[in-house]
Amino acid sequence: MSATTTTTTTTTQRVVPPHVKTNPRLGTWLRVEDGVVLVHVGKVELGQGILTALGQIAADALGLPLSAVRIVPASTSGPDQGLTAGSLSVTQCYPALRHIGAVVRSLAGPPAPLVEEAGPRPSRDHDRELSAYLNRIGTLDPDLDLTTAAPDAAITPTSVGTDAARTDIPDKVLGQPRFLADLRPDGLLHARVLRPPSPAATLSSLPRDWTAPGVTLVRDGSFLGVLGEREDAVDRALTALSDAASWEEHDSLPDERDLASYLRSAPSEPTGASDEHPGQPTHTASYSKPYLAHASIAPSSAMARWSDDGSAVHVWSHSQGIHALRAGIASALDLPAGSVSVEHVESAGCYGHNAADDAAYDAALLARAVPGRPVLLRWTRSDELIWGPLSPAMTGTLSARLVGGRIEGWSYDVWSQGHTSRPLYAGQPGLLATAHRAGGTPLPPAADPPAAAGFGSLRNAQPSYDVGPRRITGHHLTVSPLRTSAMRSLGAYFNVFAIESFVDELAAEAGLDPVELRLAHLTDPRARAVVELAARESGWGEPLPESVGRGIGFARYKDRGAWCAVVAEVAAESDVTVRRLTVAADLGLVVNPDGARNQLSGGAVQSTSWTTIERVRFDRRRVTSDDWESYPILRFPSAPRVGVHLAASDQPPLGAGEAAQGPTAAAIANAVHAALGVRVRDLPLNAEAIVSAIESEE
Amino acid sequence: VISLTVNGERVEVGHPDDTPLLTVLRDGLGLVGSRFGCGQGLCGACTVLLDDAPVPSCDTPLWQAADATVVTVEGLAADGPNPVQQSLIEHQAAQCGFCISGIVVRATALLDAQPDASADDVAEALERHLCRCGTHQRIVEAVLAARTVPA
Repeated sequence: MSATTTTTTTTTQRVVPPHVKTNPRLGTWLRVEDGVVLVHVGKVELGQGILTALGQIAADALGLPLSAVRIVPASTSGPDQGLTAGSLSVTQCYPALRHIGAVVRSLAGPPAPLVEEAGPRPSRDHDRELSAYLNRIGTLDPDLDLTTAAPDAAITPTSVGTDAARTDIPDKVLGQPRFLADLRPDGLLHARVLRPPSPAATLSSLPRDWTAPGVTLVRDGSFLGVLGEREDAVDRALTALSDAASWEEHDSLPDERDLASYLRSAPSEPTGASDEHPGQPTHTASYSKPYLAHASIAPSSAMARWSDDGSAVHVWSHSQGIHALRAGIASALDLPAGSVSVEHVESAGCYGHNAADDAAYDAALLARAVPGRPVLLRWTRSDELIWGPLSPAMTGTLSARLVGGRIEGWSYDVWSQGHTSRPLYAGQPGLLATAHRAGGTPLPPAADPPAAAGFGSLRNAQPSYDVGPRRITGHHLTVSPLRTSAMRSLGAYFNVFAIESFVDELAAEAGLDPVELRLAHLTDPRARAVVELAARESGWGEPLPESVGRGIGFARYKDRGAWCAVVAEVAAESDVTVRRLTVAADLGLVVNPDGARNQLSGGAVQSTSWTTIERVRFDRRRVTSDDWESYPILRFPSAPRVGVHLAASDQPPLGAGEAAQGPTAAAIANAVHAALGVRVRDLPLNAEAIVSAIESEE
Repeated sequence: VISLTVNGERVEVGHPDDTPLLTVLRDGLGLVGSRFGCGQGLCGACTVLLDDAPVPSCDTPLWQAADATVVTVEGLAADGPNPVQQSLIEHQAAQCGFCISGIVVRATALLDAQPDASADDVAEALERHLCRCGTHQRIVEAVLAARTVPA
């Protein structure tokens, strides 16, 4: 099923979209080169296919075929559109690109479409007119103020709504240079950093005259790096450096086997979301999740080159926020922001704030030793798992008042470290090496995004249901035993898991079917439609073999994004196998239905991995999940079959990237309960957790 | 100096003989299509054919490739995309695509040995290849569609 597409959409373009207001110059957004409009956006390709989808929006907005538009990778010389995060890229770019396109069309006068009401026109004439139109776009004043120009309102959807092929996939499948680590400019030096072995470690000794063949050592407090012309020499030097350095280590980590108790007793500050009086509860349950790692397939990398006079640095990064990274690096190096420039280059899939920004700063520090030379830094796999920011462990307690099948009162307390430590998050650069350099101080605890950005720990802490008076309280830890930051859906993953598990527990208590109980407490018609779509497409209620169960989970992401319901079919015997996932979503207008399916399906499968397998392990001193054996993720033989069903809609587009994370987790937990009659409230939902849940019920 | 044949071309490399084959390919020969993911042979992103057998090149010392034949993902596309590559593109079977080079190599070797491989066979063959984006199902479907002999 694909989104409905109307033939012509007419919109009043009187309101200037926010990203056009903040980037008002036409020349910031586009220019014409070799008969193609190069569109500069501030959003970056993370593996989600965004550049293809934005090309579709831009092509329609400009009245051009897709082949005449190319989206250029973001750089700090282009528009500042903040982070590529929060499933906001399409939502934010759609109005901006349509506004810009409408201004361009009103000034440059596009040719009439190839097919008009009167019938087809000769294509030769059309090609000539198209090329003249492109020339006219090329002569527009780059300083034109887009906020005062009068846009032409009519847009004919031609590319939007089609399954346009991703522009980046052929290079990747054919093994062409495409990723940051593939950059090979003249004069390239390779680099590695030797990280401390544990979060509280400091360098105690390294021989003053330490050297290794073919490399230069950069040493600054506990920050150690090597760089050289040959990658094999640099790798050997890293091993030798590791052998030569000794560290002073301390126990600084909580008991990994009882994180829930730690979170509830650690210093925290309350962050309220709702404060009503829910009355005496009839049912209470507590849930938890461990720390999770981004576990991107590529370790983070970055390249940096200083000007010959050492006054300015250019950085190539796979950061989600190149402008914030520029400001962070400038602040950390005490440079004016104008002396730092950053351009985005793709790396492996990015699911949030990983080590990309840290690697960029590392590269800038190391390259400063060799002005004029490009330095390509790559982290090691173990550092990526140990030192990249983690998704925080969380725990929460839900209570409800259930009266005759109706929920008439609700309360929720949730404990978590913060969900963002992006550059400059706490008034400090916040880049890892700042803590390791001489005179450095530990990084401040992670913050939480404000309500306007959809919260962090409290994201989706509000149930979507009519539950009567509600009291919802966050407990934000003011300590930071492990470094945490944003990972795909932030707190929503855990909150939706907890809330939707609890709703199933209430349904069981009330003797109602889980879908029935949900529908009885949902008034939003788009929410109801998505729940019904998932139930219908999954065969809800149809018989299943023994030890196989079905469960549902639902949420509207951030209470303002996409509606998503997931039904999981799980076989639970000695272990949990997720056999099938049915994902239903209302994304508003869908720019690229195939891409949206790929994103939703990928999100649901990744959430299956988080939910059934993943857990960052550590002792009181060191993180011990440092490779793919100690941090396993879902493998091909265990991957579920996924069906994605999109609701037809011509409403404003909403992102797809994060909507399935929470609903999938809850659907799996509820399916395990349906299969075994056991309620598992502590993630990951593996054999060990099932055994321990059975023991605690007995 | 160690000689080997890479993508049909005889090359001589002067790296120490314990250098990972992947480093020789990427840094020495400029063949960056084999990706570095872990350096421990645990993720599959660097998989190449060594005398027709798929191996993780990050965990294969250069001496093991002496006088051997190495084919990388680039080599499989020497005459244009091979059937597995063509099918992966047609099925849009990637998200970030960082794992896909190694998967192309492994799946090509599988279909050469077992042209009627089933979905389970493909999933088993890819067991040591990690995909973090959750594109498993599309990849398996694309590999199945690349079979010349329908199962």
